[in-house]
Amino acid sequence: MEKFTRHVGTGLPLRRSNVDTDQIIPAVYLKRVTRTGFEDGLFGAWRNDPEFVLNRPEHQGVSVLVAGPDFGTGSSREHAVWALMDYGFKVVISSRFADIFRGNSGKAGLVAAQVTQDVVEQLWKQIEADPTTEIVVDLEARTIQAAAITAPFQIDDYTRWRLLEGLDDIGITLSHEADIDVFESTRPDWKPATL
Amino acid sequence: MGRTLSEKVWDEHVVRTAEGEPDLLYVDLHLIHEVTSPQAFEGLRLAGRRVRRPDLTLATEDHNVPTLDVDKPIADPVSRTQVETLRKNAAEFGVRLHPLGDVEQGIVHVVGPQLGLTQPGMTIVCGDSHTSTHGAFGAIAFGIGTSEVEHVLATQTLPQARPRTMAVTVNGSLPAGVTAKDLVLTLIAHTGTGGGQGYIVEYRGQAIEELSMEARMTICNMSIEWGAKAGMIAPDQTTFDYIEGRPEAPKGEAWDAAVEHWKSLRTDDDATFDREIVLDASTMTPFVTWGTNPGQGVPLGAAVPGPADFEDEGDKVAAEKALEYMGLDAGTPMRDIQVDTVFVGSCTNGRIEDLRAAAEVIKGRHVADGTRLLVVPGSVRVRLQAEDEGLDVVFKEAGGEWRGAGCSMCLGMNPDQLAPQERSASTSNRNFEGRQGKGGRTHLVSPLVAAATAVTGTLASPDDLPPLA
Repeated sequence: MEKFTRHVGTGLPLRRSNVDTDQIIPAVYLKRVTRTGFEDGLFGAWRNDPEFVLNRPEHQGVSVLVAGPDFGTGSSREHAVWALMDYGFKVVISSRFADIFRGNSGKAGLVAAQVTQDVVEQLWKQIEADPTTEIVVDLEARTIQAAAITAPFQIDDYTRWRLLEGLDDIGITLSHEADIDVFESTRPDWKPATL
Repeated sequence: MGRTLSEKVWDEHVVRTAEGEPDLLYVDLHLIHEVTSPQAFEGLRLAGRRVRRPDLTLATEDHNVPTLDVDKPIADPVSRTQVETLRKNAAEFGVRLHPLGDVEQGIVHVVGPQLGLTQPGMTIVCGDSHTSTHGAFGAIAFGIGTSEVEHVLATQTLPQARPRTMAVTVNGSLPAGVTAKDLVLTLIAHTGTGGGQGYIVEYRGQAIEELSMEARMTICNMSIEWGAKAGMIAPDQTTFDYIEGRPEAPKGEAWDAAVEHWKSLRTDDDATFDREIVLDASTMTPFVTWGTNPGQGVPLGAAVPGPADFEDEGDKVAAEKALEYMGLDAGTPMRDIQVDTVFVGSCTNGRIEDLRAAAEVIKGRHVADGTRLLVVPGSVRVRLQAEDEGLDVVFKEAGGEWRGAGCSMCLGMNPDQLAPQERSASTSNRNFEGRQGKGGRTHLVSPLVAAATAVTGTLASPDDLPPLA
């Protein structure tokens, strides 16, 4: 995973709540066995509408998604995170994320930055007034800055540390393999096995 | 101080705990399917890693498999490649697989419990959000993403921050004709889709204790639809009776030891939850959704709400968008809504008890003209059991379609999909835009409402049907 310290880019104001992962990437795109190339499926159904915000000429080249509350609900598909990243998004800002989406983001290297809904509203207004506004997301300081807006964001310490260091989770866990061995030696015999 | 059920099960699975880090949690059972696993196996291959515990891993094919012509090669080449990739990965890494055509094939959350692999006090994960289903047995069970699937394959553990605890206490008894599905849809309308975020929820109280295992699975299944990390129900005699004698259940002395431990898996009297919700089952009625998320529901006897019925600005906008997508006008009685397709199936309501309930309503009646009834058993075993009981004949004689096992129209990855603007009454779990097919419109319902709706062609409960002659 690439290290993430600070990102500067333009934002996409997605004025919707409850953006579920079926909307972020419809199931039909999930039949692929690859890990990249999902950008064509991002917001697959909504993009058929020429007026959809992502299709607007003033919002090309965006990399910071600013969405309504309860972003990423529903299906556990990590493809939703991959589709956002493949399209070019580095950060998603919302007042509330679904747990699995938040977890998947942290694993794949997308920053899910939680702010108050008031900050989301301010960002929406700022981006709509000036789509070229540069949004600065500083993971080290846990702050978002855009024009006159400066706000802190929440991300848990452990995910932040892993993103800053660009660490592979599996590698970290395997460094504790001795603990896993000990734990396994104490499991009761009657626990089920598949083989 | 006492501990809650979820805290007891959690504590039993902590491999390692350290200041400032999430707990490292051991996984007792890892369930796999074709859609969220290929990139995880590829990750192992690239890193030269093995599956640490193939003996705690089980794979089945469910999400994109067809429910017709299941003995022929899968027609869709992309689906076929994905299924073949699972078969190749299972063989290469030594994982037990129940493929299409196998008698144990089916939806992963139906297969685990019916094999007896799902047991109280376990930790169970799967790259599927409806893994919460297994919590009905008093297990901590939750959905994970593909990176986490790879992590579990490689280490049999997951780093997890300890969630907060919540109790949903449901007092009283459900009235006749009101099901676990109605209960959970009522709850989600109450909490919204984000109300459970960050919590492991324990469902308890008289109404929950009175439920069968199938009904408990329906409740826990939909925990994710209100954002909960997991849903659990304390194991009791109903649980033990369901598990005993199943192929992978403990036998003999092992059974006695297991049950003795399982009986300790109850929330202590002096334990406290971080949050509690109390509901009264006795006032509940058949409940259906009108919008595009599972929290947008009303009693069947109510009318379609409009933006003006909501106080919150976000809810008003969401209602407006939902009505537009659903092609509904505020104020329309729910019972006046015409339905094109009725889908009975899914990991929410595709078990034998669900099919029995639907068949009892359909028996001796006929599917309305212009309405299609699709019945998809949750597993091959459920299908065989239903055929043993003659339920397939009931559905077919009524004009319904009887299919092979799988996720099917719940998520429309296989050919079972709604056409644009087509409307369904569905026993599944998600009414998201396009979930059952691009442009399709979904109303979530119980199996009883589904069956009655198939007969009338409009949303209905069995009480709306004229008595049989």
